Amino acid sequence: MSYLEYTVRTTPTGPGKMLHLNWPLVVLLMAVAGVGFLMLYSVAGGSLSPWAEPQMKRFALGFAVMLMVAMVPIWFWRNMSLLAYLISLALLIAVALVGIEGKGAQRWIDIGFMRLQPSELMKITLVMLLAAYYDWLPMSRVSRPAWVALPVAMILFPVALVLRQPDLGTSILLLAAGGVMMFIAGVHWAYFATVIAAVVALVFAVFQSRGTGWQMLENYQYRRIDTFLNPDNDPLGAGYHITQSKIALGSGGWTGRGFMQGTQSRLNFLPEKHTDFIFVTLAEEFGFVGAVSILGLYSLILLFCISTALSNRDRYSSLLTLGVAMTFFLFFSVNMAMVMGLMPVVGVPLPLISYGGSAMLVLMVGFGLVQSAHIHKPR
Amino acid sequence: MRRPGRDTAESQRRITRRGLVIGGLMAGVMGVLALRMRYMQVEQADQFRLLADENRINIQLIPPTRGRLFDRNGAVIAENVPSYRITMTREQAGDVDAVIARLAKLVELDPNELERARRDLRDLRGDTPVTVADRVSWGAISRVAVNAPALPGVMPEVGLSRRYPAKNDYAHVVGYVGTVSDKDIERIDAPEQLLRLPRFQIGKIGLEAKRENELRGSAGTRRVEVNAAGRVMRELDRQEGQPGADMQLTLDNTLQSYTNARLEGESAAAVVIDCDTGDLLACASTPSYDPNLFVRGISVPDYQALLDDPYRPLPNKAVQGIYPPGSTFKMVTALAALEDGQIALDDTVYCPGYMEISGRRFHCWKRGGHGNVDLHRSLRESCDIYYYEMAMRTGIEKISAMAERLGIGVQFDLPMTSVAKGLAPTREWKQTNRGQPWVIGDSVNTAIGQGFVLASPLQLAVMTARIATSRTVTPRLIKSIDGVEQPTGHGDALGLNENLMREVRKAMFAVSNSNRGTAYGSRIIEDAFRMAGKTGTSQVRNITAGERASGVVNNRDLPWNRRDHALFVNFAPFDAPKVAVAVIVEHGGGGSTAAAPIARDITLQALYGQDPPLEAYPAADRARIKALQDKLRRARPKTGPDGKDRA
Repeated sequence: MSYLEYTVRTTPTGPGKMLHLNWPLVVLLMAVAGVGFLMLYSVAGGSLSPWAEPQMKRFALGFAVMLMVAMVPIWFWRNMSLLAYLISLALLIAVALVGIEGKGAQRWIDIGFMRLQPSELMKITLVMLLAAYYDWLPMSRVSRPAWVALPVAMILFPVALVLRQPDLGTSILLLAAGGVMMFIAGVHWAYFATVIAAVVALVFAVFQSRGTGWQMLENYQYRRIDTFLNPDNDPLGAGYHITQSKIALGSGGWTGRGFMQGTQSRLNFLPEKHTDFIFVTLAEEFGFVGAVSILGLYSLILLFCISTALSNRDRYSSLLTLGVAMTFFLFFSVNMAMVMGLMPVVGVPLPLISYGGSAMLVLMVGFGLVQSAHIHKPR
Repeated sequence: MRRPGRDTAESQRRITRRGLVIGGLMAGVMGVLALRMRYMQVEQADQFRLLADENRINIQLIPPTRGRLFDRNGAVIAENVPSYRITMTREQAGDVDAVIARLAKLVELDPNELERARRDLRDLRGDTPVTVADRVSWGAISRVAVNAPALPGVMPEVGLSRRYPAKNDYAHVVGYVGTVSDKDIERIDAPEQLLRLPRFQIGKIGLEAKRENELRGSAGTRRVEVNAAGRVMRELDRQEGQPGADMQLTLDNTLQSYTNARLEGESAAAVVIDCDTGDLLACASTPSYDPNLFVRGISVPDYQALLDDPYRPLPNKAVQGIYPPGSTFKMVTALAALEDGQIALDDTVYCPGYMEISGRRFHCWKRGGHGNVDLHRSLRESCDIYYYEMAMRTGIEKISAMAERLGIGVQFDLPMTSVAKGLAPTREWKQTNRGQPWVIGDSVNTAIGQGFVLASPLQLAVMTARIATSRTVTPRLIKSIDGVEQPTGHGDALGLNENLMREVRKAMFAVSNSNRGTAYGSRIIEDAFRMAGKTGTSQVRNITAGERASGVVNNRDLPWNRRDHALFVNFAPFDAPKVAVAVIVEHGGGGSTAAAPIARDITLQALYGQDPPLEAYPAADRARIKALQDKLRRARPKTGPDGKDRA
């Protein structure tokens, strides 16, 4: 589809675009980010530094970026999709070659004013590329093996690079988001059934390979799985985090202990309490009510995304919006499942709340694309 | 339009359908998450609330007791002594400065340590205990304990700290422990929680580092109840850890201490091996240093002094130092030539004092030459020409193979830092490493232990033991672990012609017992303990033609670091070898004057197990030896580690 197809006359132009923003979505994003600031303020012991203040600045920057992305017509982004994907792939390769060691994993690349995590960038560009691909691909070919193999390669190549860093969390996210994109685009369900069966077999193989010469995961990854399966085995080592996390979360009760009153998360050895485990602090201080409210905010964001996606007649726009929504969903559901002990600890932040720049910026770009799709809907 | 409308519509329908499926899945997952939250926060809330309150119950690690080290007779080499320290936790202290001020009134605080502690208190996580005073007295500890209510967050702690009672004697073999550094943590694949305990110490170098895993043991845990200030109220239960394994070394404390004292003042190394078991009875390198300094954390000036010392106290010259073995290598060349049938025992080579080989003149150390020389005389008087001839007849490959058979160029698996492999050079080695073809001059140099060949004192001692016993004696350092005897290095037969071996040994006997021998001055006259040896003097510089013309410059006229290395290897008693000894004195001059007397003293000390009677020495030497023995006895600690500390 070329831009000529759009009824240019009815598509808003200039500052008028602001009026066509998906405002409820904007408000929801700000609300979630606001909760994040509060929590960062709390875990720092009632202080804007060292986390809340930089986070606000990042959100402001992210917000500006979102608006800018939103103002640019969606067809421009569609045309940029392949380029964006190739750039982030190149960065991923670069990080593998020259990346700085950060926390024992090669994930960062220094680009002067900030440290960039190309794997975060990939989360959005992969979705863009897949959306553009299925937008271009005629419906009749979607399920043909060759046309299925191509997007699979597009997904697996960056996943392999990320897995090498090693960053299990991000590779799972990329894999799941990519798979869902293919599913939504209409690839025959039999492919998915096959893959799921294969994954089950693979998981079995992974466990069988442990301790042999062809061991498939790093030792620390096996230990994380062990810890997940039985955290009490190692209450002071790796299991410590998850045990403490559950205690803090559970002790919140119905209404929590009150803002800044969460003794567990503040006093105890909750590592990464400002990043991956921030949900624990929230759940302890605001209880079940607070935790479910956050879940509610997140699901409203999803709802608005899905509804604008389904009402959009442009295929690229719908696919992209659903993809961003899916990525967002994976972020928070994996994070929550992880801190609640439903999943091994894989290192995925709580979107828009956890302290951290790359993830925040990438999500805001994603929502910028969603807004752009919304504004430039064919009417 | 690229696509027919039907396709667009169909695609839109499918996206909608599948989008809804995914939306439903998402809703399902979120439902599960919400249910889980409800389960944890509502249904199990009481239980978790209880656990949270019980988080007053801390799980603490009990550091295991590090395995101790003993000598072969049970004398203590490394032990653990109680040490007291005072730690502070920022979160519990509240106003750090006020608490420190109050603490300073009770306990003397070292300004440097305090400076570091303040920095750590500021930078580290609030719940990390920071040591503010280390190695404090019991009195200070009790004053802190009494004043506990005024000192929130301050905790007196008792720990064990490593002590090496013999100070310098075992520094190079055993090494030392030190506080775990960030670098150490990075190096380890899966660092135990234990390593993150403040001030936990692990082996940094030597045996302490090499056998860290066995010595460390595993941590126990204890559950304690703490009050709101974090102070331990009572212990609820404890799970004991596994203490580290105690190890008994093969070293003999008396001999080790004597050897160190005897070498003191020189840059030297000595190794004594038990010919039967391969046990290292002594392994010394001087000058040495006090490992206890490193345990405490050595000061920068002290460390700099060790680094700047031209005698290089830090490396273990006995196993790390590799030197051209000089004439001590002649047994290797001789055995290679004899085994290969290139010369018979009685065949002679004429020595005119030099030899022309491909246009270059190679000299014998004796300018006038030895005349006709057979094997016996060649070793006894250390004639170089005989070995030049042997090198040309036998070839480097067979010489190197013999060297490796006798232990030179072989990596011995001993738990010490940087045990050197040495080098038995071959054609291939030179081509790969130097990019040049092997030339005959290289063979000639190698034959007398110069040129490329390199051996550590340990390897020379092993070589001597192998020659003495005709067995592949292999060195061992650990006698038993937790009482379990380790395999010895007795070794199988070398498989060399015993006739030839006997003749080589006889020639070595002549070296230190015939009045024509190069080490006759250092003979033992006690019949039961007579020794056989070989001197060696290895050049560290080339002798120029000019020097040769004007008479070779005397070693004493040269600056220290250009003088020759003095070497001596020997075994004793000759009839039934018990010990093999190798001594090197760096830049000591000649082997017969600088190294042989030391080797003789160490040998006698090893055979008698104490200071030998003067009757074992030639009558003329006794007065001098008596004075030396008295001096060394004064220098060695009177209440040595094998006094009250015997285990």
